[in-house]
Amino acid sequence: MRVVVDLTRCQGYAQCAFLAPSVFRMQSGDALLYDSNPDDALREQIKRAAAACPVQAIHIGGMGTLAAMRKEPAQRRKPRGPVRLTDAEAAFKRGGRIVIVGASLAGLTAALMLRTQGFAGSLTLIGDEAYDPYDRPPLSKQVLTGWVKADHTLLPYSDELDADWHLGVRAMGLDLAGRQVLLADGNRVQFDRLLIATGARARPWPNDAEASLEGVEVVRTRDDAAQLQRRLAARPGRVLVIGGGFTGSEVASACRELGLPVTVTERGATPLVGALGGVVGAVAAALQRDHGVDLRCGVTVTRLEGDANGRLRRAHFSDGSTLNVDVAVVALGAIRNVEWLRDSGLAVTRWGVACDAACHAFDINGLVTGNIFVAGDVARVPHPIYDYQFLSLEHWGNAVTQAKIAAHNMLSPEADRWPHLAIPTFWSTQFGVNIKSVGVPTFSDALVITQGSLAERRFVAVYGYKGRVTAAVAFDQPKWLEFYQGLIDAAAPFPPAFRTVHQPAEMRPVPPEFPKRAVSDQEATVMVTGREPYERRVRWVYRHL
Amino acid sequence: MAQASIFEQILDPANRANPYPLYAELRKTPVAREADGTYIVSTYDEIVALLHDPRVSSDIRNLVRQAGATPSPQEGPPGLPEPFIRRDPPDHDRLRKLAMRPFGPPHTPGRIDALRPWLVETTTGLLDALAGKNQVDIVGDVAYPFPVTVICKLLGVPREDESRFHELADAGIETLDPTTGTIEQRKAKRDRTKAELGQYLAALADAHLRQPGGDLLSGFLTDNGPNGRMSREEVLSTAALLLVAGHETTVNLIANGMLTLLRHPGVFERLRREPELSIPLVEELLRYEPPVQFLPDRVTLADIDIAGTTIPQGSPLVLMLAAGSRDPERFDDPDRFMPDRPNNSHLGFGSGIHYCFGAPLARLEAQIALTELACRLEHPRLVADPPPYRPNPTLRGPLHLLVEVDGIRAAGVR
Ligand SMILES: Cc1cc2nc3c(=O)[nH]c(=O)nc-3n(C[C@H](O)[C@H](O)[C@H](O)COP(=O)(O)OP(=O)(O)OC[C@H]3O[C@@H](n4cnc5c(N)ncnc54)[C@H](O)[C@@H]3O)c2cc1C
Repeated sequence: MRVVVDLTRCQGYAQCAFLAPSVFRMQSGDALLYDSNPDDALREQIKRAAAACPVQAIHIGGMGTLAAMRKEPAQRRKPRGPVRLTDAEAAFKRGGRIVIVGASLAGLTAALMLRTQGFAGSLTLIGDEAYDPYDRPPLSKQVLTGWVKADHTLLPYSDELDADWHLGVRAMGLDLAGRQVLLADGNRVQFDRLLIATGARARPWPNDAEASLEGVEVVRTRDDAAQLQRRLAARPGRVLVIGGGFTGSEVASACRELGLPVTVTERGATPLVGALGGVVGAVAAALQRDHGVDLRCGVTVTRLEGDANGRLRRAHFSDGSTLNVDVAVVALGAIRNVEWLRDSGLAVTRWGVACDAACHAFDINGLVTGNIFVAGDVARVPHPIYDYQFLSLEHWGNAVTQAKIAAHNMLSPEADRWPHLAIPTFWSTQFGVNIKSVGVPTFSDALVITQGSLAERRFVAVYGYKGRVTAAVAFDQPKWLEFYQGLIDAAAPFPPAFRTVHQPAEMRPVPPEFPKRAVSDQEATVMVTGREPYERRVRWVYRHL
Repeated sequence: MAQASIFEQILDPANRANPYPLYAELRKTPVAREADGTYIVSTYDEIVALLHDPRVSSDIRNLVRQAGATPSPQEGPPGLPEPFIRRDPPDHDRLRKLAMRPFGPPHTPGRIDALRPWLVETTTGLLDALAGKNQVDIVGDVAYPFPVTVICKLLGVPREDESRFHELADAGIETLDPTTGTIEQRKAKRDRTKAELGQYLAALADAHLRQPGGDLLSGFLTDNGPNGRMSREEVLSTAALLLVAGHETTVNLIANGMLTLLRHPGVFERLRREPELSIPLVEELLRYEPPVQFLPDRVTLADIDIAGTTIPQGSPLVLMLAAGSRDPERFDDPDRFMPDRPNNSHLGFGSGIHYCFGAPLARLEAQIALTELACRLEHPRLVADPPPYRPNPTLRGPLHLLVEVDGIRAAGVR
């Protein structure tokens, strides 16, 4: 059986954990972990759990279908005039050709949504992984502890999804004018409309020789996770986690759950500092240390040393120290999978493929394309709430929402397009704590604790920028977050000046302590040629690639 | 005399059998102010928003504080502390977590699921006892005794003591009825019943301390969790809450459910053939005929702007869950009973941090009881439609639900 829980919606009511306790587990009061591919014998229990979910976040049949329906009432609220398809649009919906490159969360969600929205034409999914679409968040959590097998995170979808699958095949290029995707096996796939959903991959350890030592791992794919799980199950003497972001912290948490000695190194002042800032990061640091993690901040790994057999043995740090380790998990973030689009004529940078709020890709000149769409980790979208800055997100919920919007817009006339204006939402589960964020915490100049306290490690931190609320982060307080999302939507004044339950005696905004953005300006990626407005065009220059 | 407001009409027992047209009226003004300054909220989105709004308190002592009045000194013996349902974080969170430890996840995840066989056995027993009868009272014969038996066993309260706590439980429930007095008066009355119930439970607690069992009361008293344990007074007030809540809500869920099924014989028949239907069906009942119709007694800690209205700080708030669950903005065809309605995020158990503590148990009880009733009652017919109702507008349900039957099938026969 296949199950997926939309953990961006989950508020920790635990009804599922009561009713199907072998499938759904609460780690603390609020952090849910679950088995995505449980035994069929548990079907009735799982149905019971899904029906009982107060926010209807458990999907069994198909994730696209259920969630698509949720939208209906909200839409009905703002009645528009009847939207007419032109003859050409209607013909496309009946018999057009849609190709999706990237057969993972965003690609699958879009495919399901296309069918839900009545697309009857040909649908092709191209993915370079040889597996059915699977879910990644469990890979750094319940998979590493050995509770859920790496090949047990397949995403649910109904058989009604009538599609041509090209799995295990990489897309190598895109011919925009000829409307073709070029595949590694030499085939070309013709499309009328294309969705780019190629996501990101793990950033490898920068030194190739060191990266290839046995015991140096990353966590992005199910193969990665299976391998790391085996290594952890073999009870290594010490695990080194390089990078204290979400993935690294989750890996460290899994190691501690297994009782393994683990060291985390983080270049910044605290774990999670890049995403949440140093004030909240300090709580994450205390959490790690309390759970027995050897946390080293302000330190980088300078060298990984192997033995004669090519096995990792030791790590060298920037402070001159060394440590004997058997496993090193490289958790240095992700690289967007855009290389295949290099000469395509689309607006591609290492931040992803730029697109408008309707998920239309921009071409290299910044013009909106009509038939190329982008969704998920590979997309870069301007967000009005964040001063129209382009956001590159690596969030599960963003991939799902954006994919649905892209799919809808692929089939819709101009008057019926949906803009992707979702407030980014992210969750993480580590050391038994549910961490959830709404908005963009980095887009802030101050934060204030509005409920609970950092000392209790149960709190809501509200982030503000120039006097308005831009984000909120909650530790074990998921049920309040919807309220704060409303404040962000409404550009509510910061700092909030109202009384709440569990309010700290004093509410003083402090700087959130984000590290200075490392500006990488050595990469002049485009040049513009031509003098007159009508002749100016953009061209890529690959100086450092 | 001024004309009765819609809310007052809802409170009127004359409208108990079918308040839903009044709820529809009410929804036309999503946030309505009563003459006494109470705000009535009746639309889905607004109710959900307020249930997640940290500026809304469940601790009505805030009402007194905000009015600037000094709380009147307690009369009589010092009462028990407020149970978690009437508290705000952090006390709420601490107490609810402690209460959860012997009851469910994360500490005791399998407890409720493991009760299933015994729950089936218990209903079977109740139905067996009806053999040979041609008329049954669904309330008196099944819907009431079943949850009482369950909560007694779970909590560690002797079933035989029912007559001792029954009236107190009823008295406690009565204080949820806004027609029985002001918030302060009802609180005072509730404090008195709580204290009496506490006295009864105190004697039990002593016995459980001497000889702890696997029940919740023993669990609360002897818990050795990392976050400490409830004080003795907290144990008593928590146990009193669970005894009353476990006693008086599920009875309505089962009785309202049976009434609805009898009004939809096709669904009744389907349930008999397809017991799995009970899973979504109970969710639909929680939406369509919820046992808890509204949440009285919340208080605003700040001015709250919502749906074009500002609810001033210090206002009493009533959240009309049953009206929200029939809001056409949220549910298609809301007045239709659709046993397998998809995407049913009803408000039957509330939402937010006070989401019903006993919900998983209530669900299983209702699923099992309704399935068993469907399987075993032969050709049931309602004797009176509508049946007589209990007067309480908050916890709404039939007083009796008389049903004529051709007989009671033997257990296990389909
Ligand atoms: C270990 C881990 C833990 C995570 N935990 C959380 C979490 O707790 N909360 C949260 O919000 N998010 C989490 N995420 C992020 C979330 O999983 C991603 O945001 C999501 O997977 C993005 O989906 P996507 O479909 O856009 O991209 P991806 O999932 O990256 O999928 C892209 C697919 O395209 C394929 N592909 C790439 N290039 C090509 C090509 N040229 N041709 C064909 N196929 C190609 C890739 O192999 C891949 O299968 C986690 C991610 C990881 C890796």
